[in-house]
Amino acid sequence: MEAFLFIPCLVEHVLPHVGEATTAVLVRAGVTPTLPKGQTCCGQFAYKRGRADLVRPLARRFVEIFQDAPAVVCPSGSCTAMVRRYPSLFAEDDPFREQAAQVAAKTFELGQFLVERLGLTDLGARCDLTAALHGSCQTTRVLGAGSATEALLAKVAGLTLVPLARPERCCGFGGAFSIDYPEASEAIVAEKIDDIVASGAEAVITAEPSCLLNIASAMAKRDLPIRALHLAEVLAGEGI
Amino acid sequence: MTKTAHDFAKASAKALGDRQSRAILHKAIGHIRVLRQRSVNAMPDFAERQARAVAVRDNTLAKLPELLEKLEASVTAVGGRVHYAETAASAASLVTAILSERGAKLVVKGKSMVSEEMGLNEVLEAAGIEAVETDLGEYIIQLAGQRPSHILAPALHVSKEQVSDLFARKFGRTSTDIPEMTRIARDSLRQKFLAADAGITGCNIAIAETGTVTVLENEGNIRLSGSCPPIHIALMTLEKVVETLADAAVVLDILPPAATGQTLPVHLSFFTGARREGERDGPQEMHLVILDNGRSDILADPKLRSILRCIRCGACLNVCPVYQSVGGHAYGTVYPGPMGSVISPLLKDNPGDPRQPFACTHCAACSEACPAGIDHPALLQELRRRVSETETDLPVAAFSLLARHPLLFGGAAAVGRLFDPKLREVAAVAPDAPVGRFLRCREFPGLARPFSRRFKALARRLKRLQGGRA
Ligand code: SF4
Repeated sequence: MEAFLFIPCLVEHVLPHVGEATTAVLVRAGVTPTLPKGQTCCGQFAYKRGRADLVRPLARRFVEIFQDAPAVVCPSGSCTAMVRRYPSLFAEDDPFREQAAQVAAKTFELGQFLVERLGLTDLGARCDLTAALHGSCQTTRVLGAGSATEALLAKVAGLTLVPLARPERCCGFGGAFSIDYPEASEAIVAEKIDDIVASGAEAVITAEPSCLLNIASAMAKRDLPIRALHLAEVLAGEGI
Repeated sequence: MTKTAHDFAKASAKALGDRQSRAILHKAIGHIRVLRQRSVNAMPDFAERQARAVAVRDNTLAKLPELLEKLEASVTAVGGRVHYAETAASAASLVTAILSERGAKLVVKGKSMVSEEMGLNEVLEAAGIEAVETDLGEYIIQLAGQRPSHILAPALHVSKEQVSDLFARKFGRTSTDIPEMTRIARDSLRQKFLAADAGITGCNIAIAETGTVTVLENEGNIRLSGSCPPIHIALMTLEKVVETLADAAVVLDILPPAATGQTLPVHLSFFTGARREGERDGPQEMHLVILDNGRSDILADPKLRSILRCIRCGACLNVCPVYQSVGGHAYGTVYPGPMGSVISPLLKDNPGDPRQPFACTHCAACSEACPAGIDHPALLQELRRRVSETETDLPVAAFSLLARHPLLFGGAAAVGRLFDPKLREVAAVAPDAPVGRFLRCREFPGLARPFSRRFKALARRLKRLQGGRA
């Protein structure tokens, strides 16, 4: 089958290797990925600032770009959750609401797409690591795709998952929160990193690029030899 | 408003600098978390209990005026008196008047957040009435001249050692053994209970059909405050009413497990009216003060009214990463944490920082923990929308505008890449610029050659690889 890649702006410009791994995973799953032109940002940043009015034009663009897709796959739980919310931004009697709902219904986070849509959990991936899973809040609680991530990781050969003391705990990024309240954000990510260190993991895995960026750059500041990997990188293994 | 608004960003940064308090809070919350998990895990029907509780709370909100009338009639029928107060200040003067008219000089108090909302202790003190908090945590806070930092456990932020020092200063007698410390407090409090002219308590659930004030506690001090002195004044906010005794049972099914991980609290008191003819004990007078303080307006606001389902269990505070890090005082309001971030800005008195709803990482742990089925993220989103309407948020507007034009968006990123090595320096040069704030505790991740420019070659290579494998 064919799927359109929805690449979040953060992946496009800061974490392109996550996009590459996502592409590799889809190919491995027998899916032909297409990258439609003109993608920018899903508008999550403005949405969380309470500015749905600024998101609406971006939602319209998104729907236009992706309306012909057989399926839309995104390596981010939070951006997928944003697209799933698009219909709610338009009035009940706005005909666009239905169009947005159609696109929202076929937009999936990568793990969710593999497990729920394709019924795949074992991609034959191998990754010799002891790792902890950071189940991002947006992927687990908001989107409800946490079990897909877990099911996929359970089938990765060579991967030993170690539990975090507080697995459900946020990493403290929260978009603009990290800029508006840098001290609180720092305190929360520090606790997350303490938990990761205490778990004895060599790597931390997450399905959310913003958590990945937050945790990885805070670990780098502390010079910790722990890797931060996106779910797609683990599933791609040596695929790229 | 004459006072400048509270600044949560500043207050939280200050609170985070206090390592000792953070460590205490951390330990205490970890403890509550374990208790709660244990009890919820041992309760296979938690979801059903929750659904029933939500239905009861929604029934209250749907029929609030009717239920309040019923409550008033029932309370009056059992010899009590009901008073309504529109604002926190008027409620405080109303209570003070009841006490002054009766010449009361000493009042014992059971823990009540509504009393905090009214700022009652200060008003009583100004009127020459001594008010003594009798909940151990609240007593500690009162002795220390502080404010509660949690709606359930007011002294959550205070360590055993700090209490020990405090007792030494206040009583000239101390210990670090908890039973012994409790005894010291009890010795001092017992005298007050016996000498008190009136007792003031809160109210967890008011039952409309019977006129009963229901209170949950673990220490027994609330039961004493409501039954020992000759006058009992119970304080509630208007949404605390439920229709029937059976409805109260439904709320009781879920409140202690969500709050403290208990199936039932140690003491569960049902105060129904004043002492009747032929009865040997109980207060001679019973007053129920019902505070509005902006809640009627919330009820009339369909987008926000669900916050009034809250049963004050504190669960959302205990799971909130922001509350857990900064503690309750940083909020500068009576109600901190997720429920506080929703309700405080809507209250008439002491609304706190108007930007409080923005101090959120959007993690949704609160709504997951809430036994009353409150969707805090949605409510906070609505509040943010209302604040944003009144201001221009230039960075967000500019970013959104760029995002409408892929060429400009890509161009801006390309310019960013050009300056990439310089951006790394921002943290040192301009720690208060947005990028600088982000980079205080983070290494600059760098901007990379965009994925879209790599995609074609990658797809081709993958196809070849895949072909080779097949
Ligand atoms: S909002 Fe929900 S979780 Fe928070 S205190 Fe109220 S009932 Fe408890």
